[in-house]
Amino acid sequence: MMSSQADREIDVLVIGGGPAGLSAATRLKQLGIRHVLVLDREPVAGGIPRHCGHPPFGMREFKRVMTGPSYAAKLIDTALKAGVEIRTSTTVTALKPGGHLLIADHHGVSELSAKRIIYATGVRETPRSARLIPGSRPGGILNTGALQSMVYLKQRRPFKLPVIIGSELVSFSAIQTCRHAGIKVQAMIEANPRITARRPVGLFAKLSGVPVYTDTHIIRVEGKNRVEALIVKTAGKDPLRIDCDGLIVSGKFTPESSLARCGHLEIDPATSGPRVDQFGRCSDPVYFAAGNILRPVETAGWSWKEGWQIAQFVADDLAGVATAHDTAIHVFSHDALIQYVMPQLISSPDSKPGFDHLQLRFTGPAKGRLYALQNEKIIWSKTVNSLPERRIQIPVSSLRTNSHSAIELKFEPRVST
Amino acid sequence: MPAPNGSNADPYDVAIIGAGVVGCAIARRFTLEGARVALIEKAADILDGASKANSAILHTAFDAPTDSLEHACIRDGYREYMDIHRQLGLPLERCGAHVVAWNEEEVAGLEGILHQAHDSGIEDVQIIDASVLRDREPSLSTTALAAISVPGECIIDPWSAPYVYLTQALENGAEVFCGHEVKSGQFDGETWQLETSKAHINCRSVINCAGLYGDRIDQNLLGASGFTITPRKGQFVVYDKAASGLIESVILPVPSARTKGIVVFRTVFGNLVVGPTAEDQQSRHDASTDEETLRMLMKSGETKLPDLKQIPVTAVYAGLRPASEFKDYQIENHTDKNWITVGGIRSTGLSSALGIAHYVYEKYAESGNKHACIKSPLIPQANRLAERASRDWESEQAGEIVCHCELVTRREVEQALSGPLGAKSLQGLKRQTRVTMGRCQGFYCSARLAELTADQFDLPLSEGINDE
Repeated sequence: MMSSQADREIDVLVIGGGPAGLSAATRLKQLGIRHVLVLDREPVAGGIPRHCGHPPFGMREFKRVMTGPSYAAKLIDTALKAGVEIRTSTTVTALKPGGHLLIADHHGVSELSAKRIIYATGVRETPRSARLIPGSRPGGILNTGALQSMVYLKQRRPFKLPVIIGSELVSFSAIQTCRHAGIKVQAMIEANPRITARRPVGLFAKLSGVPVYTDTHIIRVEGKNRVEALIVKTAGKDPLRIDCDGLIVSGKFTPESSLARCGHLEIDPATSGPRVDQFGRCSDPVYFAAGNILRPVETAGWSWKEGWQIAQFVADDLAGVATAHDTAIHVFSHDALIQYVMPQLISSPDSKPGFDHLQLRFTGPAKGRLYALQNEKIIWSKTVNSLPERRIQIPVSSLRTNSHSAIELKFEPRVST
Repeated sequence: MPAPNGSNADPYDVAIIGAGVVGCAIARRFTLEGARVALIEKAADILDGASKANSAILHTAFDAPTDSLEHACIRDGYREYMDIHRQLGLPLERCGAHVVAWNEEEVAGLEGILHQAHDSGIEDVQIIDASVLRDREPSLSTTALAAISVPGECIIDPWSAPYVYLTQALENGAEVFCGHEVKSGQFDGETWQLETSKAHINCRSVINCAGLYGDRIDQNLLGASGFTITPRKGQFVVYDKAASGLIESVILPVPSARTKGIVVFRTVFGNLVVGPTAEDQQSRHDASTDEETLRMLMKSGETKLPDLKQIPVTAVYAGLRPASEFKDYQIENHTDKNWITVGGIRSTGLSSALGIAHYVYEKYAESGNKHACIKSPLIPQANRLAERASRDWESEQAGEIVCHCELVTRREVEQALSGPLGAKSLQGLKRQTRVTMGRCQGFYCSARLAELTADQFDLPLSEGINDE
């Protein structure tokens, strides 16, 4: 076990060198924090954008349209120039109370400690198994992320005639990846009555000549060693056999929060990420979280912005000017239509602002009115008309009352007349 | 057609058909006893049939009928595993099991199970009440009424065990032929000439360990089979490692006549599993899963262990048990044909394999076969994959970690791809290293694996975009 004097002096250690982590680290250096270390388990930092070989990235951060790999390179370059230390091929294997980490690299296991830790390990897609997709379990079934790293980082393709499951933004990104790699997408399958991504993207599928089947569920995967076909059924129609040699299981993102789950940080069951207050602070106040670990899933640019904000909170905290940790008000929802709310805690009325907004999403289409209640009184409400996978925001300032009681979010669907 | 030992060459003493856990254990036993062994497997990798999916429990046989061959083989297999696991580097967690009664009818059934266990000579089995059970398993639902405690039940690594059995056989002179499907055979009164899809293999005796195809092999080569396999499918749900802290012991239901029922158990890899189902079917290869059954399993697990609701599912799988119309194992010595059939090993093969191997060798010796046992056999070391073992990634020369969820190193992958049992498929590589078996199921490491395994697999994971 190594624990040298130099390592003890790490001010902020960032776990994960994606957009949120690199942004937070860069900003911390700009704010005068001395030793900022980013750990990334991949051989090269940059996170998911490294293997998204297509635009648009970087509009918010660098005011121009970039591909994922050039955006990732620019993030690294900016961080290094700011004085951030980046250590790659380094895996954090456990989080311990008080800011102590177990890490593994090419030389085995050691320990690192820092005054503050920023947890920024991002999201991944839910695999086929956890979605309980029925049928045989042959080779050739991948998430979009795995496909993209194969295509863009290794110049390899796992199949030639796949079907895409899901119709989120990333599902359309998968179509672009396939076109780049000479892979012909056979179909796109969506269980809901309409595609999940926004309209212009849907048109892109049509223009790409990919048949899109909405309101369609999977009966089974067929194939022994390799995928041979997908049997699907569209509502009101006969089952359909789509011959294919692979499946791209896309979307349904989930925070990669296993370190917290297997460690001491509290998990919010709704986001699957760590429970945080409006400063991104976790249940152990030495730990902060930034980017898509907080909730599934926002763009790289949004995660970058959160990293930037969290850096400011962490710097304040190190300077001893942040809000105390024990005065927070719980925000919760038991509404089946409300997928999650983040942060789950907001600090007392007299504190610094932190995040400007609560973020939430709906599990399905939602038309009606969203309420925030405290002590059974409505303290805020808003009319919403939202599709799933759309971000809804509630200004934190509108929830500031003199009470410390928990705030409940409720949704009342509009009754059609 | 290439001939491994051509028609004129010296025949093997024994050819074993089928490299499942039973075939591997028999290959080891016969090799150690001094026989020259060929193990023939039709799949590209070993353990590709019934042995690829089971519940990874080393049973004490506390609930097997005491007069059965199954009981004797499990007891003997258990004993030998206890003797050899340390020297072979195999993991063992003596976590114990609890047969939990959830209603009054089941409580009434516990006495019978207790007596059967005691009759089997397993004296440490006892009935405990709900409060003792709660002390031991505090996360278990409070609706549990009582339980039978079976301290001797263990969890083990279901793949490293047979791998190291076979590795020991190979290091001491046995040979393995993967990708060889036995098509036919001729017996001339002294020697069998087996025709596989790739070669002739000559041997003096044959041991049929073909599992799900055991009856077919007997029919094709002997002309008749004493049993018929009716595959019994079992589906399983694997929960994230965060769940493994919820229980210590194996949670068994009060069994029915046909099946041990749905079990909740930890794995030595640090997961928690709920399963199996017991679904009789005709197909010998269709191990598909269906959503309704998986949801039923999840509900069953969450009823017994309410905190499971908060924990994500990592994987699902299904296996086929080679059940026959008989409850007991069907081990038959056809002395006139120099042929021993080892069939109907329906669900306890992992526990009993070493015991079956002893039993089969005895039958073989009774037919007048004699060898001089190897005096000081080479002792290989199993892959260290168990969560509580010291793993390769923890060593000072670990090098690159390829699979981050299961912490598998590049060195482990490269080792598993080389040697006589080098993986020829992703399935085989998974069983030897655990790559892609964790919570992301290959999201992060598939690309690197595609690169590392290029030109290694019969069915490659990928092709170069610019290769034509």
